[in-house]
Amino acid sequence: MTQDTTTGKLVLPGYRRDDVEAHPPLLSPGYKSTVSRAPRQPLTYLPQRLTEITGPLLGAGRLGELDHDLTRQHDGEPLGQRIIVHGRVLDGDGRAVPHTLVEIWQANAAGRYRHTLDNWPAPLDPNFTGIGRALTDAQGRYEFVTVQPGAYPWRNHDNAWRPAHIHFSLFGRAFTQRLVTQMYFPGDPLFSQDPIFNSVRDEQARQRMVARYDHATTRPEWALAYEFDIVLRGRDATPFEDEDDDE
Amino acid sequence: MVPEGTPGACWIRGRIIDGTGAPVVDALVESWQADPDGRFDHPDDPRGARPSTVPGFRGFGRCETDAQGQYALLTVKPGALPTPEGETEAPHLALSVFARGLLHRLVTRVYFPDEAGNVTDPVLRGVDPARRGTLLASPAPDGYRFDICLQGEHETVFFAV
Repeated sequence: MTQDTTTGKLVLPGYRRDDVEAHPPLLSPGYKSTVSRAPRQPLTYLPQRLTEITGPLLGAGRLGELDHDLTRQHDGEPLGQRIIVHGRVLDGDGRAVPHTLVEIWQANAAGRYRHTLDNWPAPLDPNFTGIGRALTDAQGRYEFVTVQPGAYPWRNHDNAWRPAHIHFSLFGRAFTQRLVTQMYFPGDPLFSQDPIFNSVRDEQARQRMVARYDHATTRPEWALAYEFDIVLRGRDATPFEDEDDDE
Repeated sequence: MVPEGTPGACWIRGRIIDGTGAPVVDALVESWQADPDGRFDHPDDPRGARPSTVPGFRGFGRCETDAQGQYALLTVKPGALPTPEGETEAPHLALSVFARGLLHRLVTRVYFPDEAGNVTDPVLRGVDPARRGTLLASPAPDGYRFDICLQGEHETVFFAV
């Protein structure tokens, strides 16, 4: 869409706002850290203008060849079950989001992060950093190779354990599409006691954070596979959206 | 948002504090902004994508907080922006704050203290006057200071976008 040449007025695309049920309330007291960190004042409505409908288009020409393969970033291979994690980045209307940066980070197979604030007694793996980056292709597809992360304890409540998960960070094409989420593995017995997983109150929305075991994508004698599609906000259905109108 | 040594660059530094007054030592701050001419190198800007005249300008920055909860972003002051309503947005940065205990990012804006256009900025005008000051940076020796309070008497204004 371009500038309306008759009036000189800007016509901007809009993005649908979050469904209140789909995302967790910022104050979710079962997750203790939210109590001192979640803002107490209601959020202020911000119209989507130029700053919000644009955003950083990162990654092109900046990614290394092995950024997407967390098993080949060191001299040796990390320990653990090798897995392929792949999927598509889509917007709320099912359209692919091409050439967008996907970042992941995760604990190693023993459930330990390589991070100064993580010092529980599980081993670090000298061959695993736990950070990956990929760009989606023209169809919005991405793929990582990594190892299955372990569960780990945290001090949120008595004998609390986080289910195994991979953190995902996405930019989409606009500031308003920015999303950080977590991918979980199907059938994890730790779901029921995890306040972060359960901070998403809607059961169907919770299931959208769980990857699908994908036997068709496994590589025989090499790696298991999971499929995880990520849906960013869709465009508002405005009459300006149809590109054919530009003709 | 710009390489070190960029002429006219300034630091925006601040501290993130939680509701108990403790520094948030595990946060990540991201920023996004127009260039000094008020332009974006982005195909959805209806005025046209335009690479900045400032060499190395990216418009995007990211900084982790340190053990004192402090972050720092090096940038050049953005230009003002036209709005679809025919108004003008005063120069501002959009910030996202990510941290443990934040189930999704917080969004706020940094405005500059010495901008006459703040008075007519449609976003600032829409904020409770008693809280508007939380969106204004203050002058500092090498740029500006912008502290972020997640809760409390001086809770920063956060936006739903």
